[in-house]
Amino acid sequence: MSETEAILSLDRLSVRLPRGADRTHALSDVSLEIASNEILCVVGESGSGKSMMANAVMRLLPNEVKIDGGRVMFEGRDLCAATLAEMREVRGAGIAMIFQEPMTALNPLRTIGDQIAEMFSIHTDLSKAEIGDKVLALLADVRIPDPKVAARAYPHELSGGQRQRAMIAMALALDPKLLIADEPTTALDVTTQAQILKLIRDLQQRRKTAVMFITHDFGVVAEIADRVVVMQHGVIVEQGTARAVLHHPQHAYTKQLIAAVPPLKAPPPRALASDNILTITDVSKTYRTGGFLGRGARVTPAVRNVSFNLPRGATLGIVGESGSGKSTLARCIVRLIDPDRGSIVLDGNDWAKMTREKVRRETRHIQMVFQDPFGSLNPRRKAAELVAQGPIVHGTPRPQAIADAKELFSLVGLDPSSADRYPHEFSGGQRQRIGLARALALKPDVLVADEPVSALDVSVQAQVLKLLAELRARLGLSIVFITHDLRVAAQICDLVAVMKDGEVVEYGLAGEVFGNPQHPYTRALLDSIPGGEFAREHATEAV
Amino acid sequence: MDAVKRYFRSPAAVAGLILLVIVIAMAISAGFLYPRDPLALAGRPLIWPFSNPRFLLGTDNSGRDIAAQIFYGARISLLIGGVATAIAILIGILVGAFAGYYGGWVDNVLMRITEAFQTLPNFVLLLVLVAVFGSTLTTVTIAVGVVSWPAPARLTRAEFLSLRNREFVQAGRTLGMKNIQLIFGEILPNALPPVIVYASVVMAVAILLESALAFLRLSDPNVASWGNLIGLGRDVLRVQWYVSAIPGIAILVTVLAVSLVGQGLNDALNPRLKGR
Repeated sequence: MSETEAILSLDRLSVRLPRGADRTHALSDVSLEIASNEILCVVGESGSGKSMMANAVMRLLPNEVKIDGGRVMFEGRDLCAATLAEMREVRGAGIAMIFQEPMTALNPLRTIGDQIAEMFSIHTDLSKAEIGDKVLALLADVRIPDPKVAARAYPHELSGGQRQRAMIAMALALDPKLLIADEPTTALDVTTQAQILKLIRDLQQRRKTAVMFITHDFGVVAEIADRVVVMQHGVIVEQGTARAVLHHPQHAYTKQLIAAVPPLKAPPPRALASDNILTITDVSKTYRTGGFLGRGARVTPAVRNVSFNLPRGATLGIVGESGSGKSTLARCIVRLIDPDRGSIVLDGNDWAKMTREKVRRETRHIQMVFQDPFGSLNPRRKAAELVAQGPIVHGTPRPQAIADAKELFSLVGLDPSSADRYPHEFSGGQRQRIGLARALALKPDVLVADEPVSALDVSVQAQVLKLLAELRARLGLSIVFITHDLRVAAQICDLVAVMKDGEVVEYGLAGEVFGNPQHPYTRALLDSIPGGEFAREHATEAV
Repeated sequence: MDAVKRYFRSPAAVAGLILLVIVIAMAISAGFLYPRDPLALAGRPLIWPFSNPRFLLGTDNSGRDIAAQIFYGARISLLIGGVATAIAILIGILVGAFAGYYGGWVDNVLMRITEAFQTLPNFVLLLVLVAVFGSTLTTVTIAVGVVSWPAPARLTRAEFLSLRNREFVQAGRTLGMKNIQLIFGEILPNALPPVIVYASVVMAVAILLESALAFLRLSDPNVASWGNLIGLGRDVLRVQWYVSAIPGIAILVTVLAVSLVGQGLNDALNPRLKGR
């Protein structure tokens, strides 16, 4: 632990959850210290209480949730005992916070400059002109290109990364002693994430602010942390310097989390079949919005002349950042979206040219797994019904389909006796298994998986990927795997296509793309992976 | 079943339900308690309430028993409220579902029609319909239903717009479901709760619309309805005010009960919105 005096210390803090929650306390006996001039990473999976801790420090807990023990000492004061008026002075000026999704944290109806200026007009007596200067200085400080324009912009006019920069500018406006960052880069693309992490690190070093950085990603931890606190079920299971925790984890849970971090190295290449099950040639899709009689219309080419082959039994990863067109491409392949041009040939049939009705009848050959384990299951149907729906639509008698569904449950590692439950009674990973079972129920030849593990915790992510690999071997599935996470792609894909602005910029065997990237964009992506060095080292350690 | 529990946790919702049950009980028991025709002459006209034990709530200007009319009127109000609401919600769901699901020109056409209905004050439209088709109980009920569907249609459409691009609907499509299966099997069950809640508003308005018609003596004069009684009492309002006031209270209580039940349903079905 560092020698300097702690800025914030939590002393046996406990936070009680309302009755009926899955546990009695969101946090129990949490003790930690943050010194000035250090970045403390709080790591944990969803439900570990890490965000609850940040909110408890700011006293921003939901009404039913109460602090029921311990102290939060900040500048010699116990925040648990502070009055609301005192808390208002601490918030923003003493402790500032940035959130995961800057779009929802910013007011959409006011300009960025206006919202930053508000911080000064609430907490200081500066004149309007002085505030204006300070706002521009801050925006320059967080390296927003052209601060004057940004100050006049509304949140929706900025990119995700710029919005997060604006949030950081707002948080740092009053030179807080402590910055709490709650998953500030989770919603961002990997290249933007790398920039924001660097920015936070730089600002922290220049301003000597203490930072409590909440994240679920050990890559980010390796990138930014001085010290690390690992949380599980509201309890701190391990804390120490970043080096110690990452390289010599003591607690079993920490070890398990680190082991689950996907190593950035392709597994040894598998032999690929010589025949292609899916051949995609020159697929394009352009969106046109607005405009009248062709004037003023906005034309967005989402997918441009994409071609690739999927050998039978292989897995093709389509990697790209948001807006690269990878999801549009996936939806073109299953014909949820009609491509403008090109051909999608599966077993001699050109799917791009089939009528909707024919697609509907042939749909069992190609199935899709969706990203959102909460949104992709109809909340009003039981799990078994969800899985049986496909076969029922295609003519299997209902009792037969339900019985088959239960068998699929055990295939994807779910308890068949849970088949009568509704989706909300399952965890995220389990729901994704239901989604997988639903796609497999039609015995497809090709499975299109659109970010199937992106919404899951790392340990669950690893399990689902393992399951996919097993099923691929067992059922001879060919998979198109869409992801933004190169580490995930490296694990499961035989072939990788890197997409940028609707085009495939690099395409080849996974080992080659990751080991010897040709296109500058692929290299930039690989360099941006948080804790890249750690991921590579970690790969060698794991072997 | 959580929804049922949540419903019974709210005192206002329980009170509403009790009132509604009382009104329903009145409608059911009318035949036993007052076996005679409620519109038949029963005694001296304009007996004050509580002055003659035979006519607990007194008699109206033609000497008909007010209590009997109130009990039989409950039947009419519930019938019109229920059937008209069913008609309105059915049309509303169909129009809203197709407009919201298909979008494009289908949406445009259906929404313009909906707007055409909405721009006319619905009571004026109701008057026109009754003037054209006559004022029997059936035509009045259908007319009330026909003027009440635009709001549920817009509500259903809004729900469909937000649900149709959800991943579970796309999943249904990739499984090969037909549009009709997607609309009624997948989306509608998820879109229904706010529409059901809104049905209580439609029902309350339907009851009021019928009363308003009756007050103008445009409702079916051959049935004992609360509105008819109020309309009748209009002539003696300054002295024998009770002739209008008693059915007025009955309408007030029924509409209040329906609204409370609706609010209770809303809180029970959409627990996250409660207290906002």
